[in-house]
Amino acid sequence: MDTTHPQVLPEGSPLVRFSGVTKCYGPLTVLDKLDLDIAQNEMVSIIGPSGSGKTTVLRVLMTLEKINDGVIYVDGEPLTHMPKAGGLTFATEKYLHERRSKIGMVFQQFNLFPHMTALQNCVEAPMQVLGLSREDAEERALNLLELVGMGDKKDQHPTRLSGGQQQRVAIARALAMRPKVMLLDEVTSALDPEVIGEVLNVIRSLNSEHNLTMIMVTHQMGFAREISDRVCFFYEGKIAEQGSPEQLFGDPQNERTKQFLHAVLDAN
Amino acid sequence: MEWRWEFAWEILPRMLWATGNTLLAAGVGYTIAVVLGLLLMLGQRTPYRLINMPVRELVEFVRSTPLLVQLFFVFFVAPQFGIKLSAWTAGMLTIGLHFGTYLSEVYRGALEGVPKSQWEACRALNFTTGYTYRRVILPQAFPIALPGMGNYLVGIFKDTPLLATIGVAELMHTANALGAETYRYLEPYTMVGFIFLIISLPTALGLRRLEAAVARAQGNTRH
Repeated sequence: MDTTHPQVLPEGSPLVRFSGVTKCYGPLTVLDKLDLDIAQNEMVSIIGPSGSGKTTVLRVLMTLEKINDGVIYVDGEPLTHMPKAGGLTFATEKYLHERRSKIGMVFQQFNLFPHMTALQNCVEAPMQVLGLSREDAEERALNLLELVGMGDKKDQHPTRLSGGQQQRVAIARALAMRPKVMLLDEVTSALDPEVIGEVLNVIRSLNSEHNLTMIMVTHQMGFAREISDRVCFFYEGKIAEQGSPEQLFGDPQNERTKQFLHAVLDAN
Repeated sequence: MEWRWEFAWEILPRMLWATGNTLLAAGVGYTIAVVLGLLLMLGQRTPYRLINMPVRELVEFVRSTPLLVQLFFVFFVAPQFGIKLSAWTAGMLTIGLHFGTYLSEVYRGALEGVPKSQWEACRALNFTTGYTYRRVILPQAFPIALPGMGNYLVGIFKDTPLLATIGVAELMHTANALGAETYRYLEPYTMVGFIFLIISLPTALGLRRLEAAVARAQGNTRH
């Protein structure tokens, strides 16, 4: 029983709040008492060396992994925990199922369902989880496939699509659930250089025209600098430094940030 | 001894009748094995140690002992403990159990062959576990399991002659009987081998076509 964290957050709280979140794999601590707030409509980029815990931030928020300590709040209420008596206990699967649809995730390896067409990939969850009729789900899916420029490929199976095309379908599939926050986990890392641009363009339009709340783990420093409202530099499971892209890339204060930026910018 | 066509012709009706029994035995045995294999696999995957431990031990035990010994045990030894089964029942249950353990391993491998990332995609889309199995995992596991399932179908068919040893009137048993009656063994045993060949070969070919068709239906163009 956890009584140090509140059962609900006050009105006007951020859309997502990590409060003292710790995640360990055996003896290894990947997130170390992390505090992180994400405001409505904010675009936050997470950068940092590998092993710094940046992907884990997304995975615990998506409830793919259980956290060891702390609480994650979404939309003012606890996500990883549920209220019980005077405090909080770990959420049951039923409690998670009722809330998980608020979060959408796009994976590095796309993870499309290979035995379904692009359209079927986008229709399944809205029908099964949100209870939409087939007509409504298909209309929604078609609009989104158009939005990501994949309308003409709706009947193709993923094996017939390029990596960039698959990733755009994966974005449409996540959007079809109308999540309140989108998590993008290194979505261009598995792509050939020539198709990275088409995926970045989709993310650009989601940010500028649709004002989605997004958390993006990325190695694309130029893109993070261009698009983010805020950039967080992770080091050893903590936020070593965060700020506007201008501050963090233009005038980093932390030694680790400087070293990291030197290393990646020199490599480019 | 030389081949006599008129003798072969004369025994053909009995051989064909016995072929029907062989096919029946293979079909029933395989059906039991397919279902039992599924139950054994599920038993091994349950998180309850009280269930998964004994099931795992049973599977290992059955897989590590010969089918012939198991047949003799069920048919000749079990009656001494009060379990009396007919030759057919004993034979079908034993073959079903023996190949069921093999098939449970085929299923297990097929399920593990579906990438873990597919589970994560389903969880991110908030599918229930049941729906994840039904719509995403099993449809992808099936093509992986198909070659192994096909192999054991042919395998069961080719192992049915063992049933002759406990008195099931299948092909081998009939050939033995014919040999004992007429003292001619060349024709009956040659025909047994030939009948197995002309059934096994097209079956194996058909299974390969089925695998390709399933892969095509799922949009997998690598086949």
